[in-house]
Amino acid sequence: MTQAATPILAPVPEARPLWPRLAIGSLAALVLLPLAVIFASFADPQGAVWAHFGEFVLPRLVVNTLWLLIGVGFGTAVLGISLAWLTAVCEFPGRRWLSWGLLLPLAVPGYVLGFVMIGLLDFTGPLQTAWRAQFGAAPQIPIRSRGGVIAVMALTLYPYVYLVARNAFQTQGRRALEAAQTLGLGRVGGFFRVALPMARPWIAGGLALVLMETLADFGTVAVFNYDTFTTAIYRAWFGLYNLSAASQLASLLVVLVFIALALEQRSRRGQRFTAGGRADRGQRIALGPVARWLAALWCGLVFAVAVAVPLAQLLAWAWQSRGDLDVRYLGFLYRSLILAASGAGLVVLLGLTLAYALRARPGRGASFIGRLSTLGYALPGTVLAVGFYLPMSAIDNGWIALGNRVGEQWAPLLGGTLAAMLLAYGVRFLAVGFHPVEAALHRITPSMDEAARNLGSGGRDLLARVHLPLLRGGIATASVLVFVDIMKEMPITLMTRPFGWDTLAIRVFEMTSEGEWQRAALPAITLVIAGLIPVLLLMRGGDTEQIHAT
Amino acid sequence: MRSLARLRHLTRPLAALLCSALLAGGLEAREPEEVVVYSARNEQLIKPLFDAYEKASGVRIRFLTDKEGPLLARLKAEGVNTPADLLLTVDAGNLWQAAESGLLQPVDSPLLRARIPAHLRDPDNLWVGLSVRARTVVYNPDRVDPAELSSYAALADPQWRGRLCLRTSNKVYNQSLVAMLIAERGEQAAESIVRGWVANLATPPFADDTAALKAVAAGQCDLTLVNTYYLGRLLKEDAALPLKVFWPNQREEGSGVHVNISGGGVTRHAKHPEAARKLLEWLASDEAQAAFAGENLEYPANPEVAVAPLVASWGEFRQSPLNVAFAGAHQGAAVKLMDRAGYR
Repeated sequence: MTQAATPILAPVPEARPLWPRLAIGSLAALVLLPLAVIFASFADPQGAVWAHFGEFVLPRLVVNTLWLLIGVGFGTAVLGISLAWLTAVCEFPGRRWLSWGLLLPLAVPGYVLGFVMIGLLDFTGPLQTAWRAQFGAAPQIPIRSRGGVIAVMALTLYPYVYLVARNAFQTQGRRALEAAQTLGLGRVGGFFRVALPMARPWIAGGLALVLMETLADFGTVAVFNYDTFTTAIYRAWFGLYNLSAASQLASLLVVLVFIALALEQRSRRGQRFTAGGRADRGQRIALGPVARWLAALWCGLVFAVAVAVPLAQLLAWAWQSRGDLDVRYLGFLYRSLILAASGAGLVVLLGLTLAYALRARPGRGASFIGRLSTLGYALPGTVLAVGFYLPMSAIDNGWIALGNRVGEQWAPLLGGTLAAMLLAYGVRFLAVGFHPVEAALHRITPSMDEAARNLGSGGRDLLARVHLPLLRGGIATASVLVFVDIMKEMPITLMTRPFGWDTLAIRVFEMTSEGEWQRAALPAITLVIAGLIPVLLLMRGGDTEQIHAT
Repeated sequence: MRSLARLRHLTRPLAALLCSALLAGGLEAREPEEVVVYSARNEQLIKPLFDAYEKASGVRIRFLTDKEGPLLARLKAEGVNTPADLLLTVDAGNLWQAAESGLLQPVDSPLLRARIPAHLRDPDNLWVGLSVRARTVVYNPDRVDPAELSSYAALADPQWRGRLCLRTSNKVYNQSLVAMLIAERGEQAAESIVRGWVANLATPPFADDTAALKAVAAGQCDLTLVNTYYLGRLLKEDAALPLKVFWPNQREEGSGVHVNISGGGVTRHAKHPEAARKLLEWLASDEAQAAFAGENLEYPANPEVAVAPLVASWGEFRQSPLNVAFAGAHQGAAVKLMDRAGYR
């Protein structure tokens, strides 16, 4: 295996099984229904709004959005890949705890980091205030700017890249590097020409999630008053009371993301990325005396800015509002955990189903629809929540009407049930459950299946003894990402929760929506700490794997 | 195999959970004395009142909070089968919008008419204001002589160049303030005022009122436009902040301080319309009004009810006599106007 890409074997003609198309069909029905509702808004043309937006709003917002995508994409790639490489392949002081510590920004919502950073660095913050008290005029720190919002989003979103890239480097990095070195490539050449290209599907999957989240974000950009495409969507909806125009704008986002995904997929066509499934046995790179401290400094700095500073600030605020802490918090915590855990289970199961269905090469049309069903992640949450709620209510209303016909009073089938909530999470987060699993599935070559079959293993046995161990990393990654995402999620939780099912994220919403940021710190910090649990479990699992391997 | 078995361990409780959730939806029986509320007013501001009402009346209140946009979309989607009896919002525009979309029903209540002034109620009795949110000028007394201040429009004068701080135009409070300017002076005059504000900005608009107030206190700018309760919260933490209230438009005939409301209306398909009306009437009563506004340092909609001492210290003022419904009627025009004027 000298190069990343090996040509595909000519496909063996055989009858296509039916199940992948069935699986994709039912998944697509779930996800495409809300998308269809959003696209159906075009039946109600909004020419005047479009003309106004086209002239005064969109030119600026499209530029803003593109800069944000480029900046956050680049930032998360640099942060995620460099940190992943250092912690997965190199040895330096503090590597052990930083390798999991650097995951923690996952649990810190972007708007929280944004609010904390603005609070600290803006004109009225302690830094500039102290400087003014000491020296008169202070140098302005332009935190409420394009650069500021990009930095903050990159610092909260890089774990998506870090996690998957680390997974890739861990399983192939050191050995690939050794192979490259035997072929005469240096460390730098080995990294850029072998290790990085080999990790591409992983990194691309992670970046896809980052960019979709960036496009869909409203909370973080709102804290910076940095107007993006999402701002236009909400301005049309809440400002002009025009949900149709808002949906039409949102549907553009979907189209955009779909094209991007399709292009990425196309550029990878004809390549197959496979690597041995065992964790790496190669030696860690021992960095030089200066380099090892530079590595520690870089990782430590990211940890300090993305985790330590916001947590310290949140703790200080939470302490001020500790009077809010009462027995109800147990309920909030419990419901957050239950929703996140069962949601993560369901979403990863759906992601696995989709990944396997696509692996079975169900034909071009089915593959297309399959990929389409991950697009719920690219929509602003509130828009998707409405897209989900409309068909759901239509079903409920039909059900109740049917009941009335037969003279019965039937309660709503879906409305106000946890089942509906979990389905909505499925629509929203399928991409998060799918990408890490799909990347992991790349590792399992058809020849491995063949080999296992030749050894008499097939069906469930093949899945359990060959696939499951190889997919463990991907499944764990997907579960943690979805878990933490659901913990932080607001719009769908707000819209679909049964009466009384308030969670930690809902508490954060209640406080922030009236501008009571300090009081929001208490639920926010509880949310962050609860979100750490699965992250720590994941890292512990990862470490045991390594111990077994060495 | 072991891993699969472990998975099965997990799925069983999950399935049980799902079933119980499905059943919970099905078995919940309707009690006779109950009101269901959809509220855009936050839990921490309404729950104490609901608790008090439950205790006093024995009626059970079930409620859900969310933003106004999603709540309206939800009411519309649920149609005749909505469980909601009462809709509470923190902005008149959204009540107007709910009324326009046919989501509310008229409530003919002599009590509400007696307790709430006409300009804070819907002319067709579809909704009623419960607390008043005044958007006014707050200035730094070290840098501004209040004698220089007069009206919202005057803040567009070149004398304030580089001295004004504003919150983002994405916030409905600013949208309804500009809607008032449109209602009073027409679109053209309103646009030139907003352009003047934008030209006077000391720094790009802030994401929230509190940040704008802090900027004024720190001397980044000299004055700003905010809802008074944000000032109240800041002063509760630090009474020494150099921030003073000025009530604009007091000398202008037929005008006054821009007020918005937090209010509510009974939904068209309410299952308990009578109980919802009673709750609304109770929320407008002297007893509840003090608490409803007081929880958030707002002004009671019922003018007979006393305000909190801190709020009283800012002095009395005349509200704009315009019916707050203008906020809804002109909001779209206001948003577009602010886009044209480059107010971000």
